[in-house]
Parts: sequence; C-alpha cells; structure tokens
Amino acid sequence: MTKKYDAIVIGAGHNGLTTAAYLAKSGLDVLVVEKNDYIGGAAVSRELHDGWIYSNCSYVCSLLRQSIHRDLNLTKHGLMIVPYMGTTNFTRNGDYLAEYPDEAMQYREVRRHSKRDADAMHRYYTDLMKYAKVIRHFLLRTPADPTSFKPRDLQEMAFMAKKFMGMGERDIYEFMRFMTMSAADFLAEYFENDLIKAFYATSSIIGTALGVYSPGTAYVLLHHVMGDVDGAVGAWGLARGGMGSISKAIHGALQEHGGEVMLEAEVDTIIVKGGKTKGVALTNGSVIEAPIVVSNLDPKRTFTKIMNKEDLPEDLYKKAKDFKIRGSSGKVNIALKGMPDFPTLPKGHMLRNGSMQFLDSLERMERAYDDWKHNRWSQDPFIEMTQSSVWDPTHAAPGNYFVSCFIQYCPREVEGGWTEENKQAFGKTIIDQISNYSPNFKDHIEHMEIRTPYDIEKEVGLTEGNIFQGELTIDQLMFNRPFPGYSQYRGPVKGMYMSGSGTHPGGGVSAACGANAAREILMDLKRPNIVPEDEND
Amino acid sequence: MSKQYDALVIGAGHNGLACAAKLARAGKKVMVVEANAELGGLAATTEFAEGFKASVAHTLPQLTDKLVKDLELHKHGFSFASEHLETLGLKEDGSDALRVTGDTVTGVSQDQVDAYKRYSAQMQKFAKAIAAFWQKKPPMIGDKSWASVSTGIQFGLNLRLLGKTDMREFTRMIALPAQDVMDEQFEDEHLKAVLAWDYTMGNKLAPRSPNNAMINWLYRLAGDASGFNKLPIAKGGMKGLIDALAASATSAGAVIKTNAAVKKVVVDEETATAVGVELADGEVVHAKAIISNADPKTSFIKLLGTRYIDIQFTHRINRTRTDGQTAKMHIAIKGEPKFNGVSRADGRMIIAPKMSYIENAFDSSKYGEIAQDPAMEIVVPTMHDASLAPEGHHVISITIPNVPYKVKAGWETEKANLQSAILNKLEAYAPGIKDQIVASDLLTPVDLESRYNVTGGHWHHGELALDAWWMNRPTYEASQYKTPIDGFYLCGAGAHPGGGVMGAAGSNAADVVLAASK
Amino acid sequence: MLTIDAKDQGNHIDLRLQQSPFFPRIKELCLSEQWTEWNGYQTPTYFLDSYIEYYATRNTCAVFDVSPMKKYIIEGPDAEVMMNRLTVRDVRKQKVGRVTYTVWCTDEGRIIDDGTLFRLAEDKFMLCAADPNLDWLELGAIGMDVTVYENSYDMAALALQGPTSCALLKKLGFTGIENAKPFDIMYFPFEGGELMISRTGFTGDLGYELWVDPNDALALWDALFSTGFEYGIRAMGDESLDMARIEAGLLAPAVEFNSALHTVEFRHDQTPFELGLDWMVNFKKPSFSGREALLKEKEQGPKWKLVKLDFEGQKSAQGSLLYADRKCTKEIGYVTSGMWSSVVKASIGYGFVKAEYADGPIFAEIYYQKEMRWYQKVVEGRKHEGAFWWPDRARQTPPADT
Repeated sequence: MTKKYDAIVIGAGHNGLTTAAYLAKSGLDVLVVEKNDYIGGAAVSRELHDGWIYSNCSYVCSLLRQSIHRDLNLTKHGLMIVPYMGTTNFTRNGDYLAEYPDEAMQYREVRRHSKRDADAMHRYYTDLMKYAKVIRHFLLRTPADPTSFKPRDLQEMAFMAKKFMGMGERDIYEFMRFMTMSAADFLAEYFENDLIKAFYATSSIIGTALGVYSPGTAYVLLHHVMGDVDGAVGAWGLARGGMGSISKAIHGALQEHGGEVMLEAEVDTIIVKGGKTKGVALTNGSVIEAPIVVSNLDPKRTFTKIMNKEDLPEDLYKKAKDFKIRGSSGKVNIALKGMPDFPTLPKGHMLRNGSMQFLDSLERMERAYDDWKHNRWSQDPFIEMTQSSVWDPTHAAPGNYFVSCFIQYCPREVEGGWTEENKQAFGKTIIDQISNYSPNFKDHIEHMEIRTPYDIEKEVGLTEGNIFQGELTIDQLMFNRPFPGYSQYRGPVKGMYMSGSGTHPGGGVSAACGANAAREILMDLKRPNIVPEDEND
Repeated sequence: MSKQYDALVIGAGHNGLACAAKLARAGKKVMVVEANAELGGLAATTEFAEGFKASVAHTLPQLTDKLVKDLELHKHGFSFASEHLETLGLKEDGSDALRVTGDTVTGVSQDQVDAYKRYSAQMQKFAKAIAAFWQKKPPMIGDKSWASVSTGIQFGLNLRLLGKTDMREFTRMIALPAQDVMDEQFEDEHLKAVLAWDYTMGNKLAPRSPNNAMINWLYRLAGDASGFNKLPIAKGGMKGLIDALAASATSAGAVIKTNAAVKKVVVDEETATAVGVELADGEVVHAKAIISNADPKTSFIKLLGTRYIDIQFTHRINRTRTDGQTAKMHIAIKGEPKFNGVSRADGRMIIAPKMSYIENAFDSSKYGEIAQDPAMEIVVPTMHDASLAPEGHHVISITIPNVPYKVKAGWETEKANLQSAILNKLEAYAPGIKDQIVASDLLTPVDLESRYNVTGGHWHHGELALDAWWMNRPTYEASQYKTPIDGFYLCGAGAHPGGGVMGAAGSNAADVVLAASK
Repeated sequence: MLTIDAKDQGNHIDLRLQQSPFFPRIKELCLSEQWTEWNGYQTPTYFLDSYIEYYATRNTCAVFDVSPMKKYIIEGPDAEVMMNRLTVRDVRKQKVGRVTYTVWCTDEGRIIDDGTLFRLAEDKFMLCAADPNLDWLELGAIGMDVTVYENSYDMAALALQGPTSCALLKKLGFTGIENAKPFDIMYFPFEGGELMISRTGFTGDLGYELWVDPNDALALWDALFSTGFEYGIRAMGDESLDMARIEAGLLAPAVEFNSALHTVEFRHDQTPFELGLDWMVNFKKPSFSGREALLKEKEQGPKWKLVKLDFEGQKSAQGSLLYADRKCTKEIGYVTSGMWSSVVKASIGYGFVKAEYADGPIFAEIYYQKEMRWYQKVVEGRKHEGAFWWPDRARQTPPADT
C-alpha cells in the first residue's frame, strides 16, 4: 500500500501539470502519474540524437496564457518565450510569398502577387482580430451549460451575451457566419489570389481532419491566431530550450508547491466505488488512493481505456467512442549538419531564417486532404518547416540545425499498416517535397525522426495521434467539448475530472484547460479560487 | 404618381405565386411578371420532347399543410398523384433494393431497422422543435418588435423543451456532417448512403462536410402536407401544383403576365424608393411594393442596381455562394423502365452504394471535373401520372448532385462527358434502358442559370448553410424580406427558409408586405 | 517607363524603405538624416529645422513630397454614379477640372478615409488618399460599369505651399495659374509632357499640388529650386507639415480618425458628425454609402465631438486626457493633436470628447518634461471656432505675389 493523496493527475502533459500545480499551490497533496519516463506529453524537448535537442511534438507556442506564466512563476522555473519571424511559402514556379514582420514590407510583398489583396489584407486582419478578441475572453473560463438554470451557468451565459453584444450587431452576425464557414469561403470574401488564400488557409487545416473547403475550417484558422505573445494577438513564439521547457517550468512550479510526479507509472484503471473515485490502479499492479482523480488523457482514451464501462452512465461510453479524435498530422524532425540552400531566396536573405511552406493553391491543399480520406498520406503534403535552432541556440551546436516539419495530412491507418517500410516511405515523401525547393537538403541530414499518427499515439498516448485531443469542430467546442453536458471539467463520476485539451478551450499549448479544471476542482472542494483570470486586451 | 398595383411580383416561381396568391386573397391588387412562357420557375413543367413533360424540381417533401389550406390549393385543382414515394436504394448487383419509408426500412438487418426507428424518432423531435420557424419571419438581434422578440424566445424555448438530453444532442448534432451522423447510428453502408442523401442535396456538400448537413436535412423534414418525412408528388406533375397556386392568385384578382422579363426595378430618385418595374419591352408598371422572387444577386445587382444600396450590403449580397452543384436530366423512353431489384419503378430511386461513393463524386466536382461514377436520384413521375408522356412511354427524371457550375475543361465538351457518365450509370442499374431512350434533355447548372434566370443555377438561390440561414439569409438587413430600399422585398429561395417547393419564403414575404401596408 | 515601385518588380521586394522619384534631391538636402515611414516610403521628418521649414509655408514657400499618396483612377460610364454613392458629397455637382475634399463611410456611417477627388473628365475621376483604398473601391464598383485601377506609381507629386507659391509658378512660365481658384485643376506643358497643377494642399495657406510623370520628377524639382531661391523656397518635412495642418484645422487619418475598416474595437472609429464634417454630408443625395446610418445620427446627435481647443499657458497638450473639471474627476475624452503654434502664439489642438460635455468646460491634464524631470499641470481648453490659421490669400484669385 502506497501513500494516499488528495488528488491524482493522470498524465504529465502540460495541462495535467498545470492542474496539479494549482492543486498543490492550494495546499493539496498531489501526485502526477506518467506512463513515460519523461514528463511533458506532447510539450517535450529531448535529445534524440547526440547533440541535438528535438521538440518532437509541439514546436511553437502562442496560446500559453501569460497570466498563468506569471502566476506560476514560470520564468523563475526557466521558461522564456521568444517571438520568431514569419513564414515563407515557396511555389512550384520558383516564386514565393513571404510574411514580414513589418507592415509596409508585407504590403509590398502581397502586392507583388495581387494589388487588390494587398489592400484587402488589412480588412482581413481587422475582422479576424475582432473574432479573436471576443473568443479570447473565454479561454480561461468554464463554458456555461446552456441547458442549465443554475445561477453560475446563467451568469456565464450573461457574460457571454455581454461580450458578444459588445461587438455590435453587425459583427455578431458576421461572427455567427464565420464560426461555421470553410476557410476557403471565408478567405474568398477578402482575397482573389489563390496563393494568398492558400497561404492564409494553412492555419485552417493544421491538426484537423478536414480540408480547406470543408465548413468549419474557418474556426480552426481562428484557433491558430487567437493566441498571442505579450498581447500581440496572432503572434507565435518558441520556448527557449524547446517546448519541453514549458512542461519543465510547470513541473518546477508543481515541485515548488510540494507536488510529486511518478514516472513510468501507467494507469490501468480509475478505481470507482459507490459512484465515487477512489484512486488509480497502475499496470504494474500497484494501487494509489485519492478521492480526486484527474485525467489529462484525451476523452476517448479516458472513457474507453482507463475507466470501466460499468462505472459510466450508459450514454457516455458511446459518446466517448463517437468522439472525433482523428489522426491527420505527422511530424518529421530533422537534425541537419549545415544549412541547406533554398535557391529561390538570395543568399543571406532574412527569410532563410524563418518557417517555410510549399504551396501554390487551395486545390493542392484540398488534394492533400483527399489522400487522407483514402487512407494515404498526402503525396503532395502541406509541410510547415520551422527552423527552431535558428532562433533558439539550445537546439544544436553552432553550424548544426534542428528543423521541425509538421505534416498535414497523415492518417492513423494506411494500407498495409504503419510498417517500417511505410513509415520510411512517408518520410521520403516529406524530404522529396522539401528537396523540390532545396536540392541539397538531403545532403545535410544527420538524423531524422519520422512520426506518424501511429507513433504519436503509441508514445504520447493521444488517440490516433490527434494533436488537439479531439477535432476542433463546432460539435466539440465550447459547451460541446468534449461532450455536451460534460464541458465543465467534471467527469461522470464524483471525484473524477478532465484536464486535457479534449476539454474547452481545446488544443494548443495553452495551459488553459488544466487551469480551468483546477478552478472547478477547488470550487467543489470549497477552497478559494487561486486560478488567475486573463487580463483581456 | 399613380400606383397601378399594390404589389408587383417579379418571377412566377412557386414562391412568387404563393406570395401573389396570399396578397391577392388579402385584397391586394397584384401583378406577377414572369420572363419565361411557363409559370413555375425551377418548378415549371416544360415539354422537353414532343408529348413528354417534366420539371426540374420533381418531388414535394417540403410542402406544408398550412400553405395548401391558406391558399385553398385543393379547391384550385391541386391533388397528390402519390402521397409518398418510397426511397429505394438501388443495388447494382440486381439484388432487392433497400426501401425506406417514413420510419421503417427494409432490406437491412433487424438491428438496423431498430436503429432507424430510434433515429427517426429523434429526428422527428428535432424537426418539430424548429418546424414553426421555417414559416416565420426570422428575428433580428436589434429588432425589438414583438414578432421578432417572441420568435427568438420561442426558438430558445423550443430547444429547452426538448429536454436536457435532446437539447444537448441538438447543439452537437446540428454541426455534424452526414457521415458522422450515420456512422454514429448505423452499420449498414448502403443504408447510410441512402439516408445521407437528403443531408447534402442541392448544396455544395459532401457526406464529410460539417455544419450545414443537419440543417438541410431538417429542412427536408419541414413539409407535412402528407405527413412526416413523406415524399409526395403532385397530380399533373409540378404543373398541377403551380397551376393551383396561379389559380389561387388569379381567382382573387391577381394578374399574371408571362414572357414579360423585367429589365430593371424603377426607383424614385428623390426618395430612393422602389416604385415599379420596367419590362424588357419598355413598359413601366408601377406598384407600391416590388417583390422579387429572383435570387438575391439578380434582385439587387441586376434588377435594382447597386447604386441605390450601401457598399457593404452589396458586398454581402455579392459574396453569397451561388455556384449551383446540381444537374437535372430528363429522359423520354419507350415502354416502362426496369431497374435492378425493383419490381415497379414507382419510388425515388437512389444510386449511391456507400457514402464514399458520393464523397468521390463530390471530390471531382470541387476541382471542376465530371465524376465518372455519378450519384443520382431517379423518379419516374409517369408511373403515377400518365398524362406526362404519350401512351406507352415514360419520363425519367434524374437529379445529379456533385456537378460543378464551373468545369475546368468547359461545358462545350464536358456536357457530353456528363451525359455519358449518367447514361452509363443508369444502364448499369437498369440494363437495356439505353435502347429505350427516345429523347433526353440534360441541364447543367449553367443551363439552369440561363433557362431559369437563377444566378449559378443554384436550387436554393444560394447555399443553404448555417452561415446563410435565418437571420443571415441572404444577409442581415434583408433576412426579414424587406430590404434597405423602401418598397423592395424578397420572396424567393434566397430568403429564409430557402429553396425546395415549400412556398414559405413567398408566404412569409406576403405577411411582411401586408404588415407594412397597414 | 520609370515607375515608383520599379524595385518591387520581379521576385524580390526591396526590403528597405522605398524612395520616391524626388529622393535623390531630398537626400541631398536632408542634412538632419531624420526619416519617417509613410506608405513604405522614406520620408524626411525634417530637413534641418522644423520651424524654419514651417515658416517657409507661412512666409515664403515650401515643397513637400506627396508621391507616397495613394492615387486611384475611376473611369467609365458609371464613374460619377459610383463616386457619388461612395462619398458623402454630391459628386454630380462637381465640374470637370475641379477637386473636392471628401470622406467615405461604411454602411454604418463610420469614416473609412478622407481624401481629394479630382474630376478629370465627365467619366473619369482620380481619388487621392493617404492610405490604400483599392479594396474598398473594388467593393464599391460591384454592379457598376467602371474600371478602377491604382496609378500611385505612375504619378509623382509635390505640394508647393506658401504665399510666394503662385508667383514662383508664374515665373516658371505656368502662365494663367493665377486664375486657378481654390480646388481648380490646370494643365501645362512640361518637358514634352504635361504637368497637372491643382490649387490644393494640406497647410491652409495659398498653395498648389503639382502632379508629374515620375520621369520628369527631378526636372520639376530642379526647376522649382533653381528659380525658387528668390522666392524663399525650402523643402519641408513631415513635422512642419503636421504643424501647418493642425493650425489649418485639417484632419489627419490615424490621428483624428481611425479607418472603420481597420478598427477592431466596436465604435473606436468615427463618423463625419463626430469630426465636425456635418457640412460635407449631403442628404439631398437619395443614396450613398452610410446615408441611413448618418441620417439617424443627425437626428439623434453624435456620441462624440471633435473640438478645436485653445489651451491656457504655453505647453503643448499633445497626448493629454481631457476632463470636465479642473480637479480631473470626470474624464471626457482626449487630445488627438496638440502643439504650440508659433504664428498664433497659442497652445492649440483638437480634443475628442463625449458629445454631452462638448459644450461645457474642458480641462487638459498635461504632462511635460524639463531636463528629464516630469511635471503635470491642468489647463483649461477654450473652444475655438474655425481654423487657427487660414489667411485671406489662401482664398484670393488671383492671389497676391507675396
């Protein structure tokens, strides 16, 4: 018999650690159990090749709530978020479309491709910012249950109504439209040039089992621009030391408040007795008791794998089974010896340091999605190649480089299964795509890690390797996330909670899901709320 | 200036006629002007070959009892040729078709039959919760009128009255793609495809497209003229209904003028008020209310002229997605058609063996290509009403979704390609049918556009989607049928609730015009 | 042909700030090496001293390079109809060869931008604005039989402003320019081509704007400066222009108003009524963009008002918050532009205040610095009607030579 805790958090992902840190800060005796021998879940950086630090899952950061950063003293625990510069998109005809931090430069760059679109860009950003600003109010709040008459839900609904009314009537209609539209249709209301549309549409498919023409992708686009770096909404940053520094820093805060983490401790079952959680049983046979158990795993895994069906309400098992958590993304992380050449750009051009993509049109993106539907990885994939080490010297020694390639689309199941052969072929597709624009890229590869949804599921534990712990579609957002009636972080059993990004506000390294879960737990324990609110811009 | 009429309706589509009938029956002096020779617009019945008649719209799932009663359509000659067509999922291998009717299904395993019953019951609840709102003017956030406020409250209340469980399912399922709905409920792939059919018809939607499928399906369930989830057809074809609508209008004094295309809406320059229309032959007809049954783009940009309306409003009309996605083919055949696994071709036959089949056809269309394996909906109206074809002959009416408005290779060549794809598919499911063909008429979205003056040839005058629904249909400030221009109203499918032969847009618009004239 | 954005042709934009066709001369004269960015162009903040440049516009004459302005041509049978609907003034009354200052609004009557509209022919207009407007013009062209295109880069422009400006132009051989009334356009042969001169400007003083083919830009500059020496000509920078326009009561975009199409926060944009441009909005026109909303605002009165203020004391009120009382308990608005006016000898500026307080007393809480140390004081701002500086010569035709 081991020690008894006040609360156990299953999974040392960044959200689980956040929940744990707040519970510990509130004075609870908290244990985080983690199946792997390292913490961080999908926010990790590990030395996978001698001398190279890999952020091998998540690779950039924007949604991390700065109020949590500050409140948990994450800077003291080693965290620094470094803003980095935009993305260059290479086209097949030898041209490119760049993203510059300077507005005048950006205007002229877009103008090269379309005069009208250069002018429309400002209108586009303005409208997107309106939507981002209104939705940002809700990131660190628990969604209201629209079917409830409880004072708190009514209050929250009133808060929501007030924020929406603050947009003005016209923009409420516009926002209502926007939420259900496809990225392609939304962008067509601003831009005429296909390359420009494709460039902006990239955010709409990342991590998503939908194409740019699918209704609902406009919201996914927004999900990728509603974060900020120091209040600059839409900006992205890198965590110095790799994304693992976020997890490490939150872990630091957890330790500061006396919380513990147990590694290589995979949970077999959440123990339920008399309608209450009693603790967890580990796969190694040991049992750890606690009246509160928080699952940071995705909802599907939580309810279909580590909870007994008979402990759940009848409909919940089906809800979890039907929960949409589709693997659609892959990653290829590459250690490079020396900087490959991208002849499209002049030597020494500032864009060579940025992220890179390889697109021409929405059609190419949509065809990449069609491959996914047919259980193939995209033959002409969308790749976001982030040159992390250019901005963060901790990734590799001078002269060496680490690049993170995010790939859309890559299915969980392929014909013949994810054999080593298929995995290598997938990797080759990516390298070939990059090589179309950088002939000597291959010559610089020192080591590379290919991660299919299968690998991500196996190692990180995300069902199907879905990076958001569940699709970001309307049926799974706000009070519908993860399921209607379960959006307030409480599980179906007393004492059981959810803290992963399968809950509101969804995927991304935000720490908001974990913080919101902690707030609800503390409320149930009748302890003072210590979870900070966002100071809204 | 003398007003010749109280109201002038542009276009004698079924909505225009419904609007005119309602106004005339309320004592208004009404004129309807129609560009074509036949009445009915996309529901017009035309003779596509000597002795063979057909219409683009071929069934009446959305027809409501209320409309039939309000306009006394039975008195004016309307009746059903069949109150319900069974939906038949055809099987290429010749085995018995899957049959869906009301809340029963045959040709699938018992657990699927049970699942379908459960599904039907739930869908009926959802459909009922929003049924009233198809036939009402949408509310507006800033509209403090009792009609608007009460509609809003009623909507919220109806959802609440579903009860916690169903309301939660509603908020979730409203956004689901057809495929997810089906995968959650059923195992049988063919059943899924047949049921998914009505979720996407007429729109640029595939089984995998989220957000807009459920609203389209619920809209299909809006009709109750012959009961819940029934698929009636009219006696005399669509003409039976259209003639009854016209008779309802003219018997109350309305004047209907055909072959009278409108050149433009006449606007009083001093007051920016719509006061009449100028016809193609130069004649000017004045009226207090000008009500357009045309699609919003045609109404505002072509007929009214953008000079009278604000720029952002114009942009919002101009951005409505009007590229049609559906083609129509009428085939005249000698003898009775014989489909695999169907004893009598008297139902609505669907060729879509599984959802991915539809999805693949959609995928071709989104790149402006013609699907070689088209999904199709086939009705043989002459099985119910012999008057539509010469004796011993039949008309096959086929709806083909997933046909793009813009084809990459151009319609000059692609039309033949589409025709052969359709006929090949038909032959596969009805061997020998090619030899029975006497004549045929294929209407691509571009043909529908030019023949019926509908932008993009779109069935619904614009995508029927959550982003273009209710307060946002066609856009706020025109969603309550009145427009920013005094005296100018919308009554077509581009307004709430959308296309399909329901008459609600026309009827709702008439209510608004009547209220304004008080 | 040389165009202004020649360096952006091909695959790579020039990452540095752009340089106008006058830049070689500007660079020579700009000893201060103080630059600002305007529409991506390298624009002099001041050449040597803002006050000296400013006094040239009030005492002799000064040139300001307005080439970075955005210029659009609207041409076709519906050009008049389109511009009449797009802008708030009655374009039907604008004759060929005339310029008007105007604003354009969203459907909700919120200002998108202001600028000058040139009627070049019955069916041809040029719209000149500080910021990009092609997107809005294209939206405004839906359903209209017109062609809209940008010609910003095919036309360089210099503003020549000040009491000796007319005399200088005459001396240069542009005979007849003295007959140009304010807002008139005239054309003169120049370097084998044509020079368009409009009697317009942004200083409130006598002045002209000279519109020239970029290839002839340096020739124009040289002609002005070789002959202009005797007329006291100077090049002026951004700072002195801003001083002149505040005195003249002219508005600056992104200072007095924020373009409605680029405003994220609800109602952080402005309307013509709020900015005191009531006189411009022509409700006799049956329809124009924003008419309904503006009519409603006219009836209900604007929520905010821009007022011209003459502050006590000698400190500039730039950036101050405004209050209804000297104790600063009731905040009512803020100063959009403030300066010490050397010719008027007063601390002047614009206050943007809630309408209900516009007629009451207004106080500014000014923070100012002396050798790094900060001080605060509260001064009363008295309302001022009309421009602070608008001499008769600015309106006289023909104008005096000095």
